[in-house]
Amino acid sequence: MPRYAALIYAEEPSSAPTDDEWGQVMAEYAEFSEKGEAAKVILGGEALHDTSTATTVHVEGGKGGDIITTDGPFAETKEALGGFYLLEAADLDDAIKWASQIPGAWHGHIEVRPIMEFDEEK
Amino acid sequence: MNLAETLRIEGGRILATLIRYTGDFHLAEDALQEATVVALERWSDDDLPPNPGGWLMTTARNKALDRLRREAKRSAKEEEAMRLLDEAPPPPDDRDDRLRLLFTCCHPAIAPVSQIALALCTICGLSTDEIARVFLVKTPTMAQRISRTKAKIADAHIAYRVPDDHELPERLEPVLVTVYAVFTAGHHAPTGRFDARVDLADEGIRLARLLTELMPDEPECWGLLALTLATHARRGGRLDESGDMVLLADQDRSRWDHAAVAEAGEILDRQQGRRLPGPFQIQAAIAGLHGIAPSYAETDWQEISELYRTLETMQPTVVVRVNRAIAEAEVHGPEAALALLDDVDSGWHYLWVARSDLQRRLGQTSEASRSLHRALAAEMNDSDRALLERRLAELSA
Repeated sequence: MPRYAALIYAEEPSSAPTDDEWGQVMAEYAEFSEKGEAAKVILGGEALHDTSTATTVHVEGGKGGDIITTDGPFAETKEALGGFYLLEAADLDDAIKWASQIPGAWHGHIEVRPIMEFDEEK
Repeated sequence: MNLAETLRIEGGRILATLIRYTGDFHLAEDALQEATVVALERWSDDDLPPNPGGWLMTTARNKALDRLRREAKRSAKEEEAMRLLDEAPPPPDDRDDRLRLLFTCCHPAIAPVSQIALALCTICGLSTDEIARVFLVKTPTMAQRISRTKAKIADAHIAYRVPDDHELPERLEPVLVTVYAVFTAGHHAPTGRFDARVDLADEGIRLARLLTELMPDEPECWGLLALTLATHARRGGRLDESGDMVLLADQDRSRWDHAAVAEAGEILDRQQGRRLPGPFQIQAAIAGLHGIAPSYAETDWQEISELYRTLETMQPTVVVRVNRAIAEAEVHGPEAALALLDDVDSGWHYLWVARSDLQRRLGQTSEASRSLHRALAAEMNDSDRALLERRLAELSA
């Protein structure tokens, strides 16, 4: 069976959601997750922290070159999303080190975004 | 030492240690705040604990522990924080904790403005309002920037550590810039009287010294130390009997700290052999030339204007251009200097002060007072405002 990545785009709220709003969103996602997992359609997925936590990594001069990190999400329109890796790293420095070794970082950019950890997952 | 002084002098260190233990800026700040509330209730000026800083540290640590215990569900990180806090009272590890906090604030994944803002907030305890003034932005904008930065450090797991030796050179520049910003906020406070936060200038010098110990082979670390020493050496001459600010030209130079100027000079001489001039060494050389000049008129303006010219090739900023113009006015006259400012536009009040001064010297009185009005429209500390208002009155007289 062919596999697909479903990338979720949404407007980021300007202020933190209330507990009620957050609860409703979580319930809706939980409903979809249960349905998708029961049907064996969902193979994995994560929620990301918002773009203000993002760091963009680029390696200047190709493989092994200088690692340039910038605060914020990747904002160019010329380059398009071409794939992703899920990394488990000790901290952001470690994640940046690995991200800089992805070939895409040598001629493009890698946006490193932390994954939201939910309490029940611990 | 009362509570306010304890917080001013030791608050940054206590916070740095708490952040090391909890790994959480918000929790550390809340805990210190709660400890301060307890101190406000229990301390009085004639009845202080024998070691006020230690008392605050222990109380804040207990508050952080209480808070973690109340959490029904704890993450692995919070469990670790509890274990660390429980184990032993945090030992005073002044040097490492401050450096750790500094390098964390200056992480390359944080935008440059946020790096400095966060350092001024955490290491120096400057209020959001004061930091907003430093960056010429509105207070809510700065509050949001700082809280987002703290959230990013927590959510993206930016490590709270001093980088390894091989990483230090590439992490250095924002750290130097930030320490200089700390120093400057102390040397010339963003609000109130210009010398209201003179303790921050001392803190900046202390941090610069720590950096030279951490990275003795980096000429720019020494450049920063020399710059802060030579600049702060003039503090004794900046204040007149009525508490008003005195400009460089009118200062009593016998009140300067000539030993500090000499130390700065020796530091710079030692670095010159390395032939790696950078912006901080150049600015230190300029401050040093002011420091050894017997009077304003007898200052080596030729050399200073050439140093500013070199600095401008490295840092083409409004601040450098204005300072260069002031120096060039002493070499080539006010007309040539004014021409240097022709195509410059900025809300920075010193641009308009410099322009006004040059216009006054050229006899363009109405232009000079227009420029001063423009300067007064900007945000500035009370001393600057008083000085500019005096000047405006003199112009109209």
